Amino acid sequence: MVVKNIPSICLSCGGCVGVCPHDAISLEDMKIIINESKCNGCGTCVIFCPVGAMTLEDKPTNEVER
Amino acid sequence: MIEIPRPVGLKNAYDVVVIGAGPAGSRCAKLIADRGLSVAVFEKRAEIGSPKRCAEGIGVKALQRMGYNGNERFVAQYIDGFYLYAPNGKEFVMDYGSPQGCVVERKVFDKFLAYDAAKAGAKVFTKIEVVDLLKDNGAISGVVIKYGEDVFEVKARVVVSAEGIEGKMARKAGIDNTNKLINVDSGYQYEMANLKLKDANKLYFYLGNEIAPRGYIWIFPKGDHVANVGIGIGGGAGVKRKAKEYLDSWIENHPEIFADASVIEENAGGIPVGGLLKDMVRDGFVVIGDAAHTVNPIHGGGMDEGTRAGEIAAEVICECLNREDVSHDALAKFNELWWKERGEKLRRIEKLRQVIERMSDDDLNFLADELTVQDIIDFAGGKNLRKLAKILLRRPKLIKLATILR
Repeated sequence: MVVKNIPSICLSCGGCVGVCPHDAISLEDMKIIINESKCNGCGTCVIFCPVGAMTLEDKPTNEVER
Repeated sequence: MIEIPRPVGLKNAYDVVVIGAGPAGSRCAKLIADRGLSVAVFEKRAEIGSPKRCAEGIGVKALQRMGYNGNERFVAQYIDGFYLYAPNGKEFVMDYGSPQGCVVERKVFDKFLAYDAAKAGAKVFTKIEVVDLLKDNGAISGVVIKYGEDVFEVKARVVVSAEGIEGKMARKAGIDNTNKLINVDSGYQYEMANLKLKDANKLYFYLGNEIAPRGYIWIFPKGDHVANVGIGIGGGAGVKRKAKEYLDSWIENHPEIFADASVIEENAGGIPVGGLLKDMVRDGFVVIGDAAHTVNPIHGGGMDEGTRAGEIAAEVICECLNREDVSHDALAKFNELWWKERGEKLRRIEKLRQVIERMSDDDLNFLADELTVQDIIDFAGGKNLRKLAKILLRRPKLIKLATILR
């Protein structure tokens, strides 16, 4: 699993950056950027997000195999 | 040859670089500049103070500490007391009879603090993001900034991170300031207009696990019919819905206040309500404010604590620069002073939060029946917690909570 950000819901508050135990999220140019090689899909940011802008998705197969 | 555009007025080196022009960063920068040292402040947003992640309440004493008299145009509303509601609806009223605090307009307040820093001689830059730290033999020796699509190196004898909850530089410096889910509140807020408030000079707090698990709902007036209406809830297990959903439900259930109201602004944010850091410095590096979790753990207020941390840091940094020793051990005086002046008290308040968050609504109602409004004020200030422990000991299932307060 890997986390995705939904920009249309996200308010760019950056709280998910602060709670991510894997240092996989950053706020760059006021947008949430997810480093998929660091994200292990733990869902901490999904639980935290005040507005529901983080969601877990299956990692695309080709990336898992790579 | 094409000349690479540089930010206007940017020098290659400063005594101090401050990351973030929130209250903590600007306050720290001002006090360092006051002592004649060169300071640059880098703010990644295009507008200082916006978007806010804050209910905007601050005490008059905190404003006075920063040299303001309360007549500045950042003051939206004077506050002379509060209403607090237990889950069963029991109302506590505190009326001080005169303004003890105010609700500010962060878009203006943060700018005032930045004006003050600039006036003192600090150089403030907006829309410049710090993306990395420079290191020299393991010591922090400056920052890498992103300006448009270009990056520049800026040297500094000391780097101060006042980056807020999303800050990454402390981790790069070797300080793990990751917020554990248990120590951060998930916050959401509307600024609303055309509310019906019975008293616009008071703050409103609503407790209860049904409406705001392990947290509270607030109304902070910014005028007769305008207010910040927000919620902070505990992260982690047992929280079934998003902060926004809890707040929306509560607003819908209170037409007496909100029937004709409109939303003017939406805010979200993480509130670090615990996890105080023992060590906030490295060689040539200091972290303050929300990035260092210097926040009151019971009410989540961060402006007073952040600016105080900035003041203490400024004092220590100037002393270290004068002695030409910015090593970890020299800057560690900040840890010592902050823990003595603020940390010990905030640690006690964090224990209070740990007690309250473990209580059911039934327990909270029991507690509400035993307390006076003065008790609540004392407890929130970290005082007289022995009285709380004594009350907890009277209810068998709360005895283990009393041990947290020891």
